[in-house]
Amino acid sequence: MKAAVLVFPGSNCDRGLAMAFQNAGFKVEMVWHKDAELPEGVDIVGVPGGFSFGDYLRSGAIAARSPIVGALMAHVKKGGHAIGICNGFQVLLETGLLPGALMRNAGIRFICKPVELDVATTRSAFTKGYAHGSTAVFPVAHRDGNYQATEEIRTALSAEDRIAFRYKSDLNGSVDRIAGILSENRRVLGLMPHPERAADPVLGLTDGAVLFDACAAADA
Amino acid sequence: MKVRAVIKLKAGVLDPQGEAIRHALGTLGFDGVEDVRQGKIIELDLTESDATKAEAEVQRMCEALLANTVIESYEVELP
Repeated sequence: MKAAVLVFPGSNCDRGLAMAFQNAGFKVEMVWHKDAELPEGVDIVGVPGGFSFGDYLRSGAIAARSPIVGALMAHVKKGGHAIGICNGFQVLLETGLLPGALMRNAGIRFICKPVELDVATTRSAFTKGYAHGSTAVFPVAHRDGNYQATEEIRTALSAEDRIAFRYKSDLNGSVDRIAGILSENRRVLGLMPHPERAADPVLGLTDGAVLFDACAAADA
Repeated sequence: MKVRAVIKLKAGVLDPQGEAIRHALGTLGFDGVEDVRQGKIIELDLTESDATKAEAEVQRMCEALLANTVIESYEVELP
């Protein structure tokens, strides 16, 4: 299995994400934002956290219009998998691959701490390794993590079982305590918490490794 | 031609930054501020000199990049 990790100016979780993929058995290639194509045979694209383009205009807005994102869109259109974490989630929302928007945290402050999450669905390549109704602890580190969407989108996400993770208690004002969502075909996951920062015993947390291991075991 | 794009959060969208500004104004003694909504102004200097064309062009820019129309609305202001 092969993973590509996109790198933008200001990405700072790209190497951690690459390591998490590697530890799960992926061959990983880093891909610069100016490239217009993904490497041959990529199964999953990782859009990392950080502050791409300094969060100028809106978090993720400039990155979402960079050349490599055209290749990401084509990869997803073909049924490829993708995961966007933190700033990567913001990028995926800005591209329209996932619905809704992330706004400034309700309490304004940057929140940086491990949080408890409900695994809200196990029906995806990313979450099938978790026991139904289980709790996972991933760190969060964000200021713009307040997920908002129209009533129509919220109803669809809920009805189609596309909410992947929920904060156990309200963290940042997100509607329905949404921490992560899936695309319609369930092959794109965007989430604010960082599974890659919880994927190695050295980091003190290991719940995130389950997600990457499950991805490695997914059918291409 | 100089054109302005004024970008605001849509009505009904919670504005945590506006609320923080309102709170700080209260701390400074400015009572009676019921609500604050903040946004951004983007000034563009275009080579286009036809106002109608310039307006249409900036509207396209707002849709494509300048505004996130999921949560933001925009207005194009001509000189």
